[in-house]
Amino acid sequence: MEALIDAVGFLADPGNWAGDRGILVRLIEHIQLCVPALLAAMVVAIPAGVLAGHHRRGQAIGTFIANVGRAIPTLALLVFGLILSVRVLGLGISYWPTVFALFFLALHPLFTNTYTAVKNVDRSLVEAARGMGYDERRLLLEVEVPVASPVIFTAIRIAAVQVVATAPIGALAAGGGFGRFVLDGFGSRDYGLMYAGIILIALLALATERLVDAIERVAVPDGLRLDAEDDVVSVAAASGRAV
Amino acid sequence: MTGPLTSLVLGQAAPAGQWLRQNGDVIVDRGIEHLQLTAISIGLGLVISIALSVIALRYRRTYRPITMAAGVVFTIPSIALFPVLRPYFGLTATTAIIGLTLYTLLFLIRNILVGIESVPADVVEAAEGQGYARNRLFVEIELPLALPVILAGVRIATVTTIGLVTITGLIGYGGFGFFIFDGLRSNLYLPKLLVGALAPMVLALLADGALQLVERALTPWSRRAAG
Repeated sequence: MEALIDAVGFLADPGNWAGDRGILVRLIEHIQLCVPALLAAMVVAIPAGVLAGHHRRGQAIGTFIANVGRAIPTLALLVFGLILSVRVLGLGISYWPTVFALFFLALHPLFTNTYTAVKNVDRSLVEAARGMGYDERRLLLEVEVPVASPVIFTAIRIAAVQVVATAPIGALAAGGGFGRFVLDGFGSRDYGLMYAGIILIALLALATERLVDAIERVAVPDGLRLDAEDDVVSVAAASGRAV
Repeated sequence: MTGPLTSLVLGQAAPAGQWLRQNGDVIVDRGIEHLQLTAISIGLGLVISIALSVIALRYRRTYRPITMAAGVVFTIPSIALFPVLRPYFGLTATTAIIGLTLYTLLFLIRNILVGIESVPADVVEAAEGQGYARNRLFVEIELPLALPVILAGVRIATVTTIGLVTITGLIGYGGFGFFIFDGLRSNLYLPKLLVGALAPMVLALLADGALQLVERALTPWSRRAAG
């Protein structure tokens, strides 16, 4: 309880927001870790999932990714990111290893959910479009992707929230972001600082969810929108990985 | 052919082999720790999940709160959960086990509930007609019939827990994950990092396979039905 009061005190002190180790700088660092990782994973995994779903040919790969994905500890992803960044690409410690780790992390929920969404598009819609003379390309872009888009957005939402909530492990590899507060507080037994970091991560994860929702409202046609009931909780469960 | 990747592999192979030979005992010890933390957490998780599931099924008003709470707990990042527990339980195995157990609840409770709810109503009625009391019905009819689904939940929870155990390296445990934290502290010493990252994956896949065999042995009827 005391730690929680200290945390609120830390957050309420304007002095902790400014400065080159302040909350605002850490916030920007956190975003700088998450955004490139998420966008890169989207660029790779969503088209792959759409194509696999369209050709209905990714079952084996999908199951494999789902099983192995769950078996890979998040920390192992950080290790692979470190090896890739430091040893292979020579990009150094602290920034890129975390970006790579978060990229790997986001691939699995994005691919499996996109694949399932496109594969499960109502067959009668697909047959009707074919009957009306749609070629494969139009069928994909004008029928399958729009109909699957609510679920694809759910995939993006899960991936985004997981990325934001997992980015703190980067602090283990000398990275920035809110994870710094958590690990620095943890290391120096400054539990107020540590709890403040955890609160900030939770708030940022919530804000991320709202942001993806807002984008979805603009992007997805009205008639296709799912009720907001599908939520991160059940889907995080479905994607099966604790962060 | 001396690209960075080749030199990475060749340059590390010899010292890695040497490190592995010299530290076999320590690695085995951490492997045992990994299995112990996993087994204790799954065991405790099962006891708690069965109790909560019984409560959820008997008192329907508690159903949603219980399943929701298990879901919310699962979304807490592990990098935050173990630190959160530290002020109260310190750097102890208790902290590790509480955290790990909390993460098992979602899959266990969900699969126990789904498993029991999908027991055919006529089977339950037949048992009631034969005079089974509620507790006996639960233990002798509902639980065994729900077993395949429950075991599927145990498998998912086990694989997830094996991965999460690595994070408890933060509080001095970690099983194989200990070597990741150790490797991070010792200038990214590659053999340590790789053992810490790869051994849990191998363990998870082995555990998954083993539990599949258990599932088949315990539920011979489902195999007969499938075949």
